[in-house]
Amino acid sequence: MVWEVVIGLEIHTQLATESKIFSGASTRYGAPPNSQACLVDLGYPGVLPVLNEKAVEMAIKFGLATGCEIAQRSVFARKNYFYPDLPKGYQISQYELPIVHGGHLDIVLESGDVKTIGITRAHLEEDAGKSLHEDFDNQSGIDLNRAGTPLLEIVSEPDLRSAAEAGVYMRKVHSLVRYLGISDGNMQEGSFRCDANVSVRQKGEPKLGTRTELKNLNSFRFVEKAIEIEIERQIDVIEDGGKIVQETRLYDSDKNETRSMRGKEEANDYRYFPDPDLLPVVVSDKAIEKLRSDLPELPDAKRSRFESDFGLSSYDAGVLTAQLDTANYFEATVAAAGDAPPKLIANWVQGELAAALNQDNLDITDAKIPAAELALLTDRIQDGTLSGKLAKEVFEAIWDGEDSVDAVIEARGLKQISDSGAIEKLVSDVLEQNPEQVQQFKDGNEKVIGFFVGRVMQASQGKANPKQVNQILREKLNE
Amino acid sequence: MSLDREDIDKLCVLARLKITDEEMADVGSKLSDIVELVDELQAVDTASVIPMAHPLDREQRLRPDAVTETDDHERIQKNAPQVEKALYLVPKVIE
Amino acid sequence: MHDKTLAQLSDDLAARRVSSVELTEHYLQRIDQHDKELNSFITITRESALEQAAAADKRIKAGETSPLTGIPIAHKDIFCTDNVKTTCGSKMLDNFVSPYDATVVARLAEAGAVMLGKTNMDEFAMGSSNETSYYGVVRNPWDKEKVPGGSSGGSAAAVAARIACAATGTDTGGSIRQPAALSGITGFKPTYGRVSRYGMIAFASSLDQAGTLTQTAEDGAILLQAMAGDDERDSTALPDPVPDYGAAMRSPWEKISIGVPENFFDDGLDDASAVAIREGLAIFEKLGATIKDVRLEHIHLSVPVYYVVAPAEASSNLARFDGVRFGHRAEDVDDLTEFYMRTRGEGFGSEVKRRILTGTYVLSAGYFDAYYLQAQKVRQLISDDFERAFSDVDVLVGPTTPTPAFGIGQKMDDPIQMYLNDIYTIGANLAGLPGVSIPCGFSGGLPVGMQLVGKQLNEAELFKAAYYFQQETDWHEQVPAGYE
Repeated sequence: MVWEVVIGLEIHTQLATESKIFSGASTRYGAPPNSQACLVDLGYPGVLPVLNEKAVEMAIKFGLATGCEIAQRSVFARKNYFYPDLPKGYQISQYELPIVHGGHLDIVLESGDVKTIGITRAHLEEDAGKSLHEDFDNQSGIDLNRAGTPLLEIVSEPDLRSAAEAGVYMRKVHSLVRYLGISDGNMQEGSFRCDANVSVRQKGEPKLGTRTELKNLNSFRFVEKAIEIEIERQIDVIEDGGKIVQETRLYDSDKNETRSMRGKEEANDYRYFPDPDLLPVVVSDKAIEKLRSDLPELPDAKRSRFESDFGLSSYDAGVLTAQLDTANYFEATVAAAGDAPPKLIANWVQGELAAALNQDNLDITDAKIPAAELALLTDRIQDGTLSGKLAKEVFEAIWDGEDSVDAVIEARGLKQISDSGAIEKLVSDVLEQNPEQVQQFKDGNEKVIGFFVGRVMQASQGKANPKQVNQILREKLNE
Repeated sequence: MSLDREDIDKLCVLARLKITDEEMADVGSKLSDIVELVDELQAVDTASVIPMAHPLDREQRLRPDAVTETDDHERIQKNAPQVEKALYLVPKVIE
Repeated sequence: MHDKTLAQLSDDLAARRVSSVELTEHYLQRIDQHDKELNSFITITRESALEQAAAADKRIKAGETSPLTGIPIAHKDIFCTDNVKTTCGSKMLDNFVSPYDATVVARLAEAGAVMLGKTNMDEFAMGSSNETSYYGVVRNPWDKEKVPGGSSGGSAAAVAARIACAATGTDTGGSIRQPAALSGITGFKPTYGRVSRYGMIAFASSLDQAGTLTQTAEDGAILLQAMAGDDERDSTALPDPVPDYGAAMRSPWEKISIGVPENFFDDGLDDASAVAIREGLAIFEKLGATIKDVRLEHIHLSVPVYYVVAPAEASSNLARFDGVRFGHRAEDVDDLTEFYMRTRGEGFGSEVKRRILTGTYVLSAGYFDAYYLQAQKVRQLISDDFERAFSDVDVLVGPTTPTPAFGIGQKMDDPIQMYLNDIYTIGANLAGLPGVSIPCGFSGGLPVGMQLVGKQLNEAELFKAAYYFQQETDWHEQVPAGYE
């Protein structure tokens, strides 16, 4: 039986406002418990919500960037349920009239094909607090600092057909919100979370299968793994003659399994109705146009520009523009560089730099080599001062805390020997010392040239320009 | 429409409201009376009427994104029945 | 002193014929003397009242006065008061000390008013008789076997008995106008949003509105002047400038056109009350108003609409009372759901429970369209009826309640009869209109209220009509026996 997988994602991204969506309390992460939960966040008797202007603007920016229609009139509704991290007993969200809807986002699949994923809607809502289960016997402690932090819930169409596609889409949304500056996208801190609706159906079947909802997938890897394992489970159930139950399931990353949250979710009936404490949000065309004109260059546009302006391959441009910070670093390096071509810089950013960041578990914004120094380094490669090998040595020296490219070259005497007189001298010495190998060459053994190059490089302590060494060797041997 | 015991039990769970057995009979009959009262609405033709969610035909005001609140949890938590390490305590939440 | 109106006392204070401390002590003494039987106060803030009075006297001495400086008033216990117990008439909040002031409370304090205490009310403002209060029934000063009306029954009784000069109240379906009518005083509910709801414990957010309970329309205008206006903490507060109500009220009488909703005089209305209202209308006619009949086509549906919309909003508004951050908490419960159910089951009284369950029902899956959505549509029809009427007339005038004050316990077992008591007042809440009830006679020795309803933001016109009426009549000057 051939199965088709159908996935839709609901991504919750915290908006990078200073204050909460309905109160003037700070949204800063990591504050002492309940120190940032004001009376409004706590749902005190008598308090009322007032909407944060920035949160609205950020949601509209996202809508504009994904070709959504911006609602001229959107409405906040109450989603009613009891839970200790939900102080008012309802969450203020948007239900029937979200702030933006009907957009799309292009993703590049592994095959290189571009696929358009529909964005059903994105709506504003407030985040809940946190329940802490350690430390207390038979009790949980509630920290409401996070309560009221603005969230944009981005709902995709069920257009995704594999766990991998879901992963690519989620990364693309992550990249986009960072580009737009509307979220820090910090997944460890919970700023970017995802629920996945997953179902399977037989290939060719027009009707969707019964879906399950996987909750709170807080890393790209978990999203892919959780969906993968849930697909397997669903297929097993159906092939064993069973039926999928529509339910919420929790992914357990330790056991790599999903398990039902039934019991807790018993008969949820959220009783949505328009929040009478808030009036319709009306956005003027003028305000929308202003936000549109303020939009930064977005990933797809940047990628095209990197291809055309810098002569990069589509792949390289894609990698470099996936994260705004990477793209910014790359562009800063290109701008600072003299003769080094963008392709050389791209190789260094994706190669040496990416590896070093990965090893030290750093973000590119915390790279231990500034863009200007990487520019200098690639310039020195381009002008022949450094061989690729020496350049790596210089890179490592700077990464480990030394000052600047030129200072490292100077201090360690790493300057490449490009003076042909000096190289000729080295070559002559090596040829003289190894008459046997010279004879082998003359007898037609071309491979022996590598032996000579190695000896010359050794003699120069690696500083001779290998290209020149090669060239001079051949000249001398063919004399 | 009248509400039976099962309906009311369901509503009580949804509304997280304990009704004692003594209260139940009274609640049942009075709720049914109220439902009967509001059932009068069913006969009204409202086919072309837009629901009125609010008496004001106004727009939502927006607040500048600024932090205006300061930490006052010690004073605020004097009202809280059970607090430890500045956390509000509840019976164990099982996920 | 207590026989004087707020306006008169304001003049006396400004002219320093009396000090605020003297006045406050006088009212506190009257509370001591009379409130054991009336039960109109839940909390008396004696010490802070005297401090506020002393501060007011200093301001008066320094010449920094407003008409309210030094005037002893009472707040309905629905308004949060910083550092003072705020119960909303419920066991749920019996131990709740608000850490902040409601905007109304802050503004009146700013104007120099002295808070005598917090008045009794129906639990969470759900009631029309003040009998649902956790703190016991309030007695009507005109007849202690009768209810004072509700939910602002404590405020109404206190002003009627002249143990407070004036009081604040809130009106969701008639909760200012109805007790004002039953207690023989003037009760003013402004346009929805005219007064900030911040710090006023919510019952039904799209209907709740704060207002005044006073002896006269003139007093109401003075009090509302200080309460009204925009508030950045309330998204539904109206930003429109607040006119000078006093000046508008005293401006020369212009011919107004009064509409009388004929269906308000149907079978349900008490005969003597009908006579009193007709006589009141004759006074307006004498003043030069034209009177015409108007028909509010859907007004008879206002009670069912209200009993869908208000409980729906209340069921959600009252979800925050869960025993975690404040309020009553059930003891010795290990299971979370049981914890919530017991906390709320113990903390709320039976009327509140009924409304929460009704609201939960009308919002629940499968019933939402038939009840909640349908009620919103009929609400629109009712609102349209008012708009149509106001295209023809300036003010609507009719009875405030079907009957004068009823007996304590008389309607407690029949919620529908209780609900129908608000049949004439609910319409103004549904449409967000300002309304005022003024004394206009007696029925069987009990006061009768006449209701005036105006267009949105037309408070000034209502005050003026009520003021001119009170220039011509002395019903508002009647004081119940024993409280002269």
